[in-house]
Amino acid sequence: MKRKLLSTLVCAAMVSSMLVGCGSKPTEAPAADTPVAEASATEEAAPAADAAATETATEDAATPAADGELIKVGIINNDPNESGYRTANDKDMKDTFTEENGYEASFAYSLKNDEQITAAQKFIQDGVDYLLLSAADTAGWDSVLQDAADAGTRVILFDRTIDADESLYEASIVSDMDKEGQTAVEWLKSQNLDEYNIIHIQGVMGSAAQKGRSGALTDAGFNIVTQQTAEWNAEKAQQIVQSVIDAGTPFNVIYAENDDMAKGAVAALDKANISHGVGKDVIVMGFDCNKWALKELLAQNWNYDGQCNPFQASYIDSIIQDLQAGKTLDEKVVVMDEKGFDATTITQEDVDTYGIGE
Amino acid sequence: MKDKVVLEMKNIHKSFPGVRALQGVDFTLCEGEIHALMGENGAGKSTLIKVLTGVYGKDEGQIFIKGKEEAVSIKSPEEAQKAGISTVYQEITLCPNLTVAENMYIGRGSSVYQNWKKMNGAATKILQSLDIQADATQELASCSLAVQQMVAIARAVDMDCKVLILDEPTSSLDEQEVEKLFKLMRDLKARGVGIIFVTHFLDQVYEVCDKITVLRDGKLVGEYEIADLPRVKLVSKMLGKELHETTGEKKEHLTYEKKSGVVPVIETENLHSNTGIKPFDFNIYPGEVNGFTGLLGSGRSECVRAIFGADSVLGGTVKKNGKVVKISKPMDAMKNGIGYLPEDRKVDGIIGDLSVRENIIIALQVLRGFFRPFTKAEANKFADEYIKLLGIKTASANTPIKSLSGGNQQKCILARWLLTHPDYLILDEPTRGIDIGTKTEIQKLVLKLASEGMGITFISSEIDEMLGTCSRLIVMRDLNVVGELSGEELSQSMIMNTIAGGEK
Amino acid sequence: MQTKKSNYTSISEMLGKLVKQQIFIPVAALLLLAIFNLIADPGFYKISYGVNSAGSPVLSGYLMTILDYGSELAILAVGMTLVTASSGGQDISVGAAIAIAGSVMLKFICGMNTPVIIAFLAACVVSMFFGAFNGVLVAHFKIQPMVATLILYTAGRSIAAWINNNELPIVSDPKFAYLGGFIPGIPIPTPFFIAAAVVIISLLVLRFTNLGLYTQAVGINESSSRLNGLNPAFIKFITFVILGLCVAVVGLIKVSRLSTINYSVIAKDIEMDAILAVALGGNALGGGKFNLAASIIGAYVIQFLTTTLYKFNVQSDALPAYKAVVVIFLVVISAPVVRDYISSIGKKISHKEVA
Repeated sequence: MKRKLLSTLVCAAMVSSMLVGCGSKPTEAPAADTPVAEASATEEAAPAADAAATETATEDAATPAADGELIKVGIINNDPNESGYRTANDKDMKDTFTEENGYEASFAYSLKNDEQITAAQKFIQDGVDYLLLSAADTAGWDSVLQDAADAGTRVILFDRTIDADESLYEASIVSDMDKEGQTAVEWLKSQNLDEYNIIHIQGVMGSAAQKGRSGALTDAGFNIVTQQTAEWNAEKAQQIVQSVIDAGTPFNVIYAENDDMAKGAVAALDKANISHGVGKDVIVMGFDCNKWALKELLAQNWNYDGQCNPFQASYIDSIIQDLQAGKTLDEKVVVMDEKGFDATTITQEDVDTYGIGE
Repeated sequence: MKDKVVLEMKNIHKSFPGVRALQGVDFTLCEGEIHALMGENGAGKSTLIKVLTGVYGKDEGQIFIKGKEEAVSIKSPEEAQKAGISTVYQEITLCPNLTVAENMYIGRGSSVYQNWKKMNGAATKILQSLDIQADATQELASCSLAVQQMVAIARAVDMDCKVLILDEPTSSLDEQEVEKLFKLMRDLKARGVGIIFVTHFLDQVYEVCDKITVLRDGKLVGEYEIADLPRVKLVSKMLGKELHETTGEKKEHLTYEKKSGVVPVIETENLHSNTGIKPFDFNIYPGEVNGFTGLLGSGRSECVRAIFGADSVLGGTVKKNGKVVKISKPMDAMKNGIGYLPEDRKVDGIIGDLSVRENIIIALQVLRGFFRPFTKAEANKFADEYIKLLGIKTASANTPIKSLSGGNQQKCILARWLLTHPDYLILDEPTRGIDIGTKTEIQKLVLKLASEGMGITFISSEIDEMLGTCSRLIVMRDLNVVGELSGEELSQSMIMNTIAGGEK
Repeated sequence: MQTKKSNYTSISEMLGKLVKQQIFIPVAALLLLAIFNLIADPGFYKISYGVNSAGSPVLSGYLMTILDYGSELAILAVGMTLVTASSGGQDISVGAAIAIAGSVMLKFICGMNTPVIIAFLAACVVSMFFGAFNGVLVAHFKIQPMVATLILYTAGRSIAAWINNNELPIVSDPKFAYLGGFIPGIPIPTPFFIAAAVVIISLLVLRFTNLGLYTQAVGINESSSRLNGLNPAFIKFITFVILGLCVAVVGLIKVSRLSTINYSVIAKDIEMDAILAVALGGNALGGGKFNLAASIIGAYVIQFLTTTLYKFNVQSDALPAYKAVVVIFLVVISAPVVRDYISSIGKKISHKEVA
């Protein structure tokens, strides 16, 4: 019996360590490695790029598209079911790389690096012109990208960077998590509150999004009432805020590093009848710009949401057009701008344009 | 002659808490000899072998091995192997997912870097020399059980073993496989290997062995040349009844008066189960006490388990009061008014952590149904009634049954089945391991219940007990029903003769 | 002198009896935590009366938080206790199964606009189905429970996401939030009432059926149970199905708390807390005898511990480490060797005092 018990516990320990192990992957994704585009830039760039594309197509006879030849792109992405962010990202890709826009696109999805590498090899063999890659893991890509270079396939990274020599890819479109945090903190400073007592709810510790979004706030020197990781989990966020409320510690800002956790925090506030939103007792800040979160902003229940831009397709499109036109790129790493929405200025249009998911 | 001895064990003693498992046992094995080690339950066979192979340490005594002047001390199975003593068990202890050759060489030799080619070559050579039909490179699991066993033997032979212990090697083999194994054993014998053969099949002993050592109750009964020990004598030695003693026994025997027109309460035809017992016919009348007798492993428990549906029944019919009933699981038997007190009290009988009360009521409770639990008062009433009736010594009905003595545990199980008021009750070794007083109580109770009309099948290793309880005995040997004794035939000598078979 | 001696013996006897009682462990743990908090900060026990944003009266404070969140665990502990008792193993897929149950509810409420009760019943059916799946693996295919439930543990959250096409619908009906919050006019969290209902129902089931006797018998000695007419495989199977039902109820509370769920993180690690509750209740994780009340108290003790740790601002990703310490402590003190040792020491002390 004792032995059985012991082995059970060992199992439990193993399983729980596995929990920790797997936990980071799916959770990180929804909020984190998501390039948040500068909203305004995307907005303008997208139509502009489209226009450019059509222009080149019609005017510049040198592009393959103009010859009626489609540009072959192989797109390797993470599983769109992974998160709302990824779903939006995939949809954006599919909407952009269409035959009407002069592309013949193939897609491969996997959350596993080795499967992605296999897919990449297949695309290279199929002779795609461009390989668009959102890598599951940063390591292990050198040799396959070398194959691509040898085969004349050009590589563009989006959303995630990899540990490989820069010469192996044409461009990398990423977002700047630090800047996301800075934008949010700048906004918070601009509120000119008498005092700042902040509940800081963090994502999974060590993830890119957590580091970027926490960094700016920690450096800003506000009074932080409590700083806890809820690991992107709404329930945990609710418990953390509940605990602060139960303790009776005063606070007036909730800085949650994603929308889910902000939602959890708000649930705790509602329970204790603490008002929140524009002109209320507590300022609520979230990240990722889920559509439901932006609606909360629109209803003035929340105050701020930092954008997490999944719409990289237009960037990629314009880069491809530039490359096709024989232009050289100014910079390899293209950082998408990211926007922060303020509840007082957000419009229904913003919600429809930038909201992720339904 | 002396130098032919490969193994000599002298005056071996071994005790466990509460049990003196071996008391001054001697055992001698010569080169090129197949030596049967025989004994009933608790005789000390397995303890002796475990002492020899270093699984247990001995309390007293000496072990000599050929080529060494001094007595050797064997402290672990590894040391036993080094000393040239190898054991092949009934259940294969090799790795089924490795190849035959790998199994033969795994964990041997100092070299970590195996030369696969060399290893396979060597294995093939040994397999051929022993005429074992197996390919060195095939996976062990793909071989038949017999071949697997032979591979285990080949492994032992290759390790230069002088003493080979075969512990119940034939239990799961069919006749042809047994023949092959015997051929191998004879080959090894010709090579000078001394073989200790443990089995409960009498026929096999007489087919292949040269000598027999009989143990009983941890003591040496004697060592005999096979020619000097007819079967019936062997049986009498194992059971501890000298033949001359049995001839002068009292003539009293129990009889059962069958009334005309009464149908058997239970009757079976060609019943057999997945345990290997041969199809058997059996019947018992209301108010009759009969029994299955035979040596350990002869199949007596397997027969009653088949009747109760405890093992998976493969064929045959069971009739209850003349009507065919289907019994495929214990619940079916219970619904047909059959109760079964199992042989192994600890494993199959008691539910250790549950209270005496729960242990007593469980069978009736299960019969009554999931949605109709007894109230606490009802359960207590039943429990108290039977605690009193059977004189179960327990602090209270709430005491966990595991804290009771063996005899009292057995009474609780008996109470459990009496509470269901069965028409037919099977008692498999109800008296094993319990004190004499309780034994007689149980015997009396059995006779009383029968007089009230219950049919009872009583199984015991002790012939006296059987004779004192049963009016008819079904005799088993090697998983076969070999005879039925009643009336005048009910005597120890007849029983032993029938068990031994063949010779009178 | 005589009376004094008998006093001592009776006290030591009583203590000995108390220590032997299964319920002693969780109650002692509860007292320990309670005393710790009382010394550290009596404000822990402050309960204030107010109104929530929906305008209904609520009681709030750490104790209410414990009552609220502990109730989810208590419900799971009921099912987990039965599974543990019958199969001698634990179901580690409850967290993932809660995600599935929640997803089914959202699908019905938001996708098909059915009433909450229909959605809940659908979730019950689905949860019981997945419980049955685990049950078949354990009972029929004789796979070790932790290994068998590892399958659903791994796949469950993906299934949950798939049910709603990875969308996260939000239940807009404010009444739905009552289930995980407060019913207007009643200042005690609703989950507590749900847990109470579950507990009462299970106690009634144990009283009016043989579920308790059968599961324990099978857990203690499967072979013997079979020879007494029980069907061990079916009894194991049924306990997994019952756990499935408990999972659906917890899923209902979880969905109601936030009006939605996040498939990848909802009820994350809750299986560990549920198993811990069973262990803390002094039930052998190897199966056999069980005490449901002790498990339920165990569940609230776990939440007590969690809330205490939150109060002291322990990083929430460090919580499992603290719980691990509790597990180690529990396993050690519940080992028969240690218990005998403790009671023998107790006897010695009382003897010395007498002398």
